[in-house]
Amino acid sequence: MTEYNELIFEISQPGRTAFSLPESDVPTIELTTKFPKQLIREEPTELPEVSEPQLMRHYTSLSTKNFGVDNGFYPLGSCTMKYNPKINEDVARYAGFAAIHPFQPLETVQGAFELLYELQENLQVISGMDAITLQPAAGAQGEWTGLMMMKAYHTKNGHEAVRTKVLVPDSAHGTNPASAHAAGFDVVEIPSNTNGTVDLVELKKRVGSDTAGLMLTNPNTLGIFEKDIIEIAEIVHQAGGLVYYDGANLNAILGQTTPGMMGFDIVHLNLHKSFSTPHGGGGPGSGPVGVKEFLIPYLPIPRIEKQGDQYVLNTDYPDSIGRVKGYYGNFGVNVRAYTYLRTMGPKGLRQVSQSAVLHANYLRKKLEPYYTAPYTQYSKHEFVLSGSRQKKLGVPTTAIAKRILDFGYYAPTVYFPLIVDEAIMIEPTETETKETLDAFADALIQIAREVEETPEMVLNAPYKTTVRRLDEVKAARQLIVKYEKEIE
Amino acid sequence: MNEFSYLPDTEQDQKEMLDTLEIGSIDKLFSDIPAEIRLTEELSIPQAMDESTLTKKMRRLAAKNATAHNYPLFLGAGTYDHYIPSVVDHVISRSEFYTAYTPYQAEASQGELQALFEFQTMVCELTGMDAANSSLYDGFTSLGEAATLAVRATKRAKILISKAVHPQGRQVLQTVANGHDYLVQEVDLKNDITDLTLLAEQIDHETAAVIIQYPNFLGSVEDLTAIKERAATHKALLIVMANPLALALLEAPGKLGADIVVGDMQPMGLAMNFGGPHCGYFAVKKKYMRKIPGRIVGQTTDTEGKRGFVLTLQAREQHIRREKATSYMSSNQALNALASSVFMSALGKEGIKKMAQLNIEKADYMARQLENKGFSVKNKAPFFNEFVVQLNRPIKDINQYLLQKNFIGGFDMEPDYGMENTMLIAVTEQRTKAEIDDFIDVLEEMYK
Repeated sequence: MTEYNELIFEISQPGRTAFSLPESDVPTIELTTKFPKQLIREEPTELPEVSEPQLMRHYTSLSTKNFGVDNGFYPLGSCTMKYNPKINEDVARYAGFAAIHPFQPLETVQGAFELLYELQENLQVISGMDAITLQPAAGAQGEWTGLMMMKAYHTKNGHEAVRTKVLVPDSAHGTNPASAHAAGFDVVEIPSNTNGTVDLVELKKRVGSDTAGLMLTNPNTLGIFEKDIIEIAEIVHQAGGLVYYDGANLNAILGQTTPGMMGFDIVHLNLHKSFSTPHGGGGPGSGPVGVKEFLIPYLPIPRIEKQGDQYVLNTDYPDSIGRVKGYYGNFGVNVRAYTYLRTMGPKGLRQVSQSAVLHANYLRKKLEPYYTAPYTQYSKHEFVLSGSRQKKLGVPTTAIAKRILDFGYYAPTVYFPLIVDEAIMIEPTETETKETLDAFADALIQIAREVEETPEMVLNAPYKTTVRRLDEVKAARQLIVKYEKEIE
Repeated sequence: MNEFSYLPDTEQDQKEMLDTLEIGSIDKLFSDIPAEIRLTEELSIPQAMDESTLTKKMRRLAAKNATAHNYPLFLGAGTYDHYIPSVVDHVISRSEFYTAYTPYQAEASQGELQALFEFQTMVCELTGMDAANSSLYDGFTSLGEAATLAVRATKRAKILISKAVHPQGRQVLQTVANGHDYLVQEVDLKNDITDLTLLAEQIDHETAAVIIQYPNFLGSVEDLTAIKERAATHKALLIVMANPLALALLEAPGKLGADIVVGDMQPMGLAMNFGGPHCGYFAVKKKYMRKIPGRIVGQTTDTEGKRGFVLTLQAREQHIRREKATSYMSSNQALNALASSVFMSALGKEGIKKMAQLNIEKADYMARQLENKGFSVKNKAPFFNEFVVQLNRPIKDINQYLLQKNFIGGFDMEPDYGMENTMLIAVTEQRTKAEIDDFIDVLEEMYK
């Protein structure tokens, strides 16, 4: 069988369709009688014309060229690619959740609000916060929402003009500085110490009366728990700043501690990470934000509240930052997260963090003899190795990542965090078996050997994927971002 | 046996791993968490439920909601009840698609990347633009990003937005603008469309862009050519937020001078989902291609010359530019972009026109029937699948009555527009003539 390698536009033939519409049961209209000529489309949209079987084969073929968690191990550090339970998918498709309109009368969507309200309550407990908004569509939007609240808080207290700076560790996710910038703050980087944690001396130097707040994830992006967190929070609080928790790494501490206990004032959670909702190749996600009581007035509106046994929408918060997204956030994603929480309960969540952390440390132990391990303390749910040894032999981490694909695994996160040379960031998650961890370790060990014995083998990888190494530089230089029909 | 089906570790597994680590218990791995911040009790959330019990509970919860399947729905206002072909869910239910992450390793994610490249192409086709990204969260976040791009590109600090843009879109824009510190000014309406005289008065050399919805929130189709002329006098950009389905028959905003076109793909293949997840699209003229926020898929070749796809122009993004990134947006709405691609492929060039035509005809039929019965339709400009009708009592009450008769009525225009007793009604291809006639009968009953 020849390999199918077409764009859907290339198999299109005039006159085909994959869908039939009902006949109109109302009078037909000649467009020109309703719209002035200049408003009527002149050239039709060149959308594909394919039959239903062609369409299914096209997309099925594409799916075979894609790697998801159901295909195999996905050790993408800081992305928490755990298994996506199937019951979540079924539930989210119930008509009572999927076929409801956001503007329906409140009494016709009480079930939806009940779900959202209970999810808020559960996430409050898990994060140790006093209130939650489910509006943000993703973690990054949660960050921006949290920072907008930080800004509103300082404005309300007359500090906006002076508190212009947000402190961000050099190991932070790139979204942290980006969302701080989008909220109008200047970013001040805090260097990490040799242990990979926040350098308290440097923090004290940089914190001051111009500090709006600090953004931190704990465990941090090196997979290390910031054990000085109480002192860090105190330093920032004493200077009048707020402390923001990036929830990307929450999976490691579920049921062990909470950001609230650690002294954080604002928290975002990535439901697609710790709460197992699929991320669909990049989205949708959901990024609820939690706050301590004194920040409740600044939460986005509307807020979902309970009056008696009725759920209502409250917009009466004059200090609110306003609306950050349409309607009530990514409801369908929230349904999946709620289903997951009800499946796991408190014991299940605690077991999640225990297994995730055990797996990370086990895998690290197996790999340390073969790759450079820049930090030696216990890891939380993820850990960072360095490919610097391999780089010295002429094989960069990119090539190692591509070679991993040949073994039937997705690659770890590479070149992040930026403070580790040739970083390889591995997060096994709790849903993988010991057999998988062992086999993956064996693959990485074999690659380390190949780097020494047959470096060309690694440099030219991948071999077993549907395409060989792709030219990214060419893509950026000769920018082709849509299909153009060749003129014959 | 492990109680939790997603967690594979057996006691034996744990023991072997702990032995390798040369520690006695998992707790040791958490010893770096100071005692004073360790949870000593279980999280106080409900105990776990088995799958069959949970399924029953979730069905009961879902059953508390009235759905468009059981209640003919005449609500639109930005989210629409359109038919979704079966193939759409079959494709996005393929777990290779939905269980994948951002395609950081392009060689293992060609399916996703090609599908998004096709999506970008389809968005360009509909909007008449040169380049599109692979989606943002929803139409409103796209709108905010478009305004921010305009502010950055023109180095001006004022945005003019028509009051006929979705109220929630305007609210989101205001929040975005507060972050970046630019000014948003609203342009009032003349009847059902943007007041061009006021627009001409409010526009000045500080105006970065004019934002128009097409068709607008009241359903009417704005005269983009005339608006472009006003914007051009002060070299302000024209940003159009368009319903993609309407673009099957309406002239492409790109042809009428739009610099940026954004919107939500929800009408094309996405379930209403109580307002999300939907899928924002974002398209620009060539000039702004390198300023697009979010992800863009580009075509390239592999070492053997074979066509392939990668995420491109990533230097703009957070992982490299960090605090200088053009946008905070990190993820997109890839699975929903895929869903709308499948929808557009299923309907195709002709089907999409037919669906749009059905929407026009059904809405027009309902408006005429209402007028025949003595109700007043307020739209003076031509409308697509939505229009505003004047009734004689609060819409909340009317909707209550309609609900008793198993209909979900339209959007109350009073809270956002101060239009008393006025309902915005959407009629998609899903509504049958019988449903429309019955709905009007119920309205008439109320007047008796």
